Amino acid sequence: MKNICLYFEVHIPYALKRYRFFEIGNDHYYYDDFTNEERVRYLAEKSFLPANKILLEAIKTSSKAFSCAFSLSGAAIEQLEQYAPEVIDSFQELAATGQVEFLAEPYGHSMASIYNEDEFELQVKKHADKIKELFGKKPSAFRNTDFIYSDEIGEKVASMGYKTILMEGAKHILGWRSPNYVYQHAYLPKVKLLVRNYIMSNHVTFDFSNTSWSEYPLTADKFIDWMAASPQEEEIFNIWMGYETFGCVQKDYTGIFDFLKALPRLALNKGLGFVTPSKINDYQPVAALTAPYPMSWQGEEKDLSVMLGNHLQEEAIAKLYSVTERVNLCKEKNLKRDWLHLQCADYFRFMSFKQAWGSSFESPYDAFINYMNILSDFLLRVEAEYPTSIENEELNELLKTINDQEKMIAQLEKELKAAKKKKKEA
Amino acid sequence: MKALMFGWEFPPHILGGLGTASYGLTRGMAEQEDLSITFVIPKPHGDEDQSFLKIIGACNVPVVWKEASYDQVDKTLGGIMHPDEYYFYRDHIRYDYSRIGTNNIGCIEFSGRYPDNLLQEISNYEAVAGVLAHSLDFDVIHSHDWLTYPAGIFAKQITGKPLVIHVHATDFDRSRGQVNPTVYSIEKRGMDIADHIICVSDLTRRTVIEKYHQDPRKVTTVHNAVDPIPNVEQFVKTPRKEKLVTFLGRITMQKGPEYFIEAAAKVLERTKNVRFVMAGSGDMMQAMIDLAATRGIADKMHFPGFLKGKQVTQMLADSDVYMMPSVSEPFGISPLEAMQVGTPSIISKQSGCAEILDHAIKTDYWDIDAMADAIYAIVEYPSIYQTLSKEGRDEVNRITWDKAGLKVRDIYNAVVYRD
Repeated sequence: MKNICLYFEVHIPYALKRYRFFEIGNDHYYYDDFTNEERVRYLAEKSFLPANKILLEAIKTSSKAFSCAFSLSGAAIEQLEQYAPEVIDSFQELAATGQVEFLAEPYGHSMASIYNEDEFELQVKKHADKIKELFGKKPSAFRNTDFIYSDEIGEKVASMGYKTILMEGAKHILGWRSPNYVYQHAYLPKVKLLVRNYIMSNHVTFDFSNTSWSEYPLTADKFIDWMAASPQEEEIFNIWMGYETFGCVQKDYTGIFDFLKALPRLALNKGLGFVTPSKINDYQPVAALTAPYPMSWQGEEKDLSVMLGNHLQEEAIAKLYSVTERVNLCKEKNLKRDWLHLQCADYFRFMSFKQAWGSSFESPYDAFINYMNILSDFLLRVEAEYPTSIENEELNELLKTINDQEKMIAQLEKELKAAKKKKKEA
Repeated sequence: MKALMFGWEFPPHILGGLGTASYGLTRGMAEQEDLSITFVIPKPHGDEDQSFLKIIGACNVPVVWKEASYDQVDKTLGGIMHPDEYYFYRDHIRYDYSRIGTNNIGCIEFSGRYPDNLLQEISNYEAVAGVLAHSLDFDVIHSHDWLTYPAGIFAKQITGKPLVIHVHATDFDRSRGQVNPTVYSIEKRGMDIADHIICVSDLTRRTVIEKYHQDPRKVTTVHNAVDPIPNVEQFVKTPRKEKLVTFLGRITMQKGPEYFIEAAAKVLERTKNVRFVMAGSGDMMQAMIDLAATRGIADKMHFPGFLKGKQVTQMLADSDVYMMPSVSEPFGISPLEAMQVGTPSIISKQSGCAEILDHAIKTDYWDIDAMADAIYAIVEYPSIYQTLSKEGRDEVNRITWDKAGLKVRDIYNAVVYRD
């Protein structure tokens, strides 16, 4: 049976405010609250709420034959909680049906998987805890920021207990293979890989209302027919996209919501089913995929060049991650929160000469200057807590001691108990 | 195709950007083998590069028929023009200009500069154009800037050949909106009569359409380009501890020097590792020195005066940031020159060159905070300096005059073969 795996990314980067260099050291608030509130309200009203309603309806009317998956970035969760809590409520309603799966991702929508393994692990844990707290269930499938993936990252993710990883169907990884199968990790056969069918996904996000596209108009009928007409052995159609596709990229008047409404019913009528990433145990991987270098879903090249392709981006991110150890020693709440959000991959993409869409800055240089000013202030705050005179290695040792402390205490207590017991018996 | 061009300046003896642009454009157009250019300037010095065009000095063309011997003519022309050519022009005098003061061989004296009796010189230049129009054979007339519009118009009226005028600047740019009515009327008349108007930027094109009420269909933008600097690799940065931020140009209202000083004051509040240079001279220089002293940054703000030739290039190469906060700049060639030697540029959005540059930082001329921010970033964050330096150099090396020349040629073709 052919199945459709629908997954929607919910991510709203914090808009950074205009931050001039003379504010460095004086102003420690980095976000443009007005823009953020307006943006979140807009997304909630135009996209998330109406789309959630349609999906809930689809689950109910299909007597739970329909299912789909989401991932919410830390920035999205925090901003929705602050400005549009009813969206969180409606996600919880979806979660309560048991048909909607929430995936794990790094909390800060960061590229920590490239720069710092420990930080990456911390963020994935933090995100999983938050998802558990909100939706009652720990995620069991993982998608990295912008689908950044490599064999090494896959291994790291597997060591954290995730058995399914989502990735982009990049041509240089797939080669002649079809994305419509389940694959496995290059050398860890137990780790399953799901591959985005970006051609079909992009037809929805970008071509839906494009009148010069040869297949215009895209109806749910046509979309389902494509899947039904594919070779019989193909088993899974990974249709993944940003959730703002519905109502924002494609506006209400294009009929995108009718498309979303019709899709589940028509698919089920045609004999297609729905799955979510962690429910693919029945599938046998058809082959292993090798990704020696990190790839992502960004840009034409589907590599990291959009986020880390020029010197501006390299300097910014290197300076940011140079303080990872120090920040993780800090206890100050605001500092830790800023640390997570300043890692957001979008800020680096805004410095790209290739693809800076969605940027509120006039040029990549402008984006860089603003970010670096904010980062300079942030680094000063870290410096104030832990001066650079302490070597990173020293800090690492310190961190290790602190981390091991609890284990040590537990172990010693255990020994003590055992000793006391012994004494009693004696 | 033969083009008769009227200009006011030609290198090496130049006073502003007009001469550089005239040279670059004609040089770029000379790449087209089926095009010959005759370039008229008021007063040649004899050391102009004539390898790709013919230069005629208006001061050597007779407008009044006077009996003169071969020796006398040769001596007066001083070897800049052949006496036979003089006699050829003398045979084509059709009007009586005896009211104009002429020398012993019937030629008018020109300063070739921008003297107080500029209007007088413009109309004398027009008289010379009359003689040349009767003497020469050409297909199109091309006038550079308002000083030469009357000459172009006269040549058009005599021959009926199409007139293309090239707007390098308008009086709105020079005066921050307080236009001189006489200059405006000369400019407007030129534009009205011209068959086509070439502007050096979209900014200028908008001014021409909106302030001079021209039909947008006959106004085309051809952005200026920049000539490669000869032996560019010899201009390298002298190593020094402090960073150098430079303003270079006439210190006049149009160039926005006060914004440079205000931005400098902001930067110096935060970092001491920078020096500022305001090179050039002009009527606001004294006021700027005062302003720097008032802001308490006189020790960090230097006024080396007017630089020329290689000094300019060396100054640009030595700088870490080049800044052009012009209030209104029709094109602005100097940031491109700075980028040629790898110096990052900060330019105002009110500059024509901003339209064709991606790897320069653009701010509003009044936005001191943004300018200061950009300066601070370039001196503090190494990667933005490196990126602007490298990408900027590559970008500017792709902007060449032959491409601009082809666009001008398209316009010639359109006006010459329009029937």
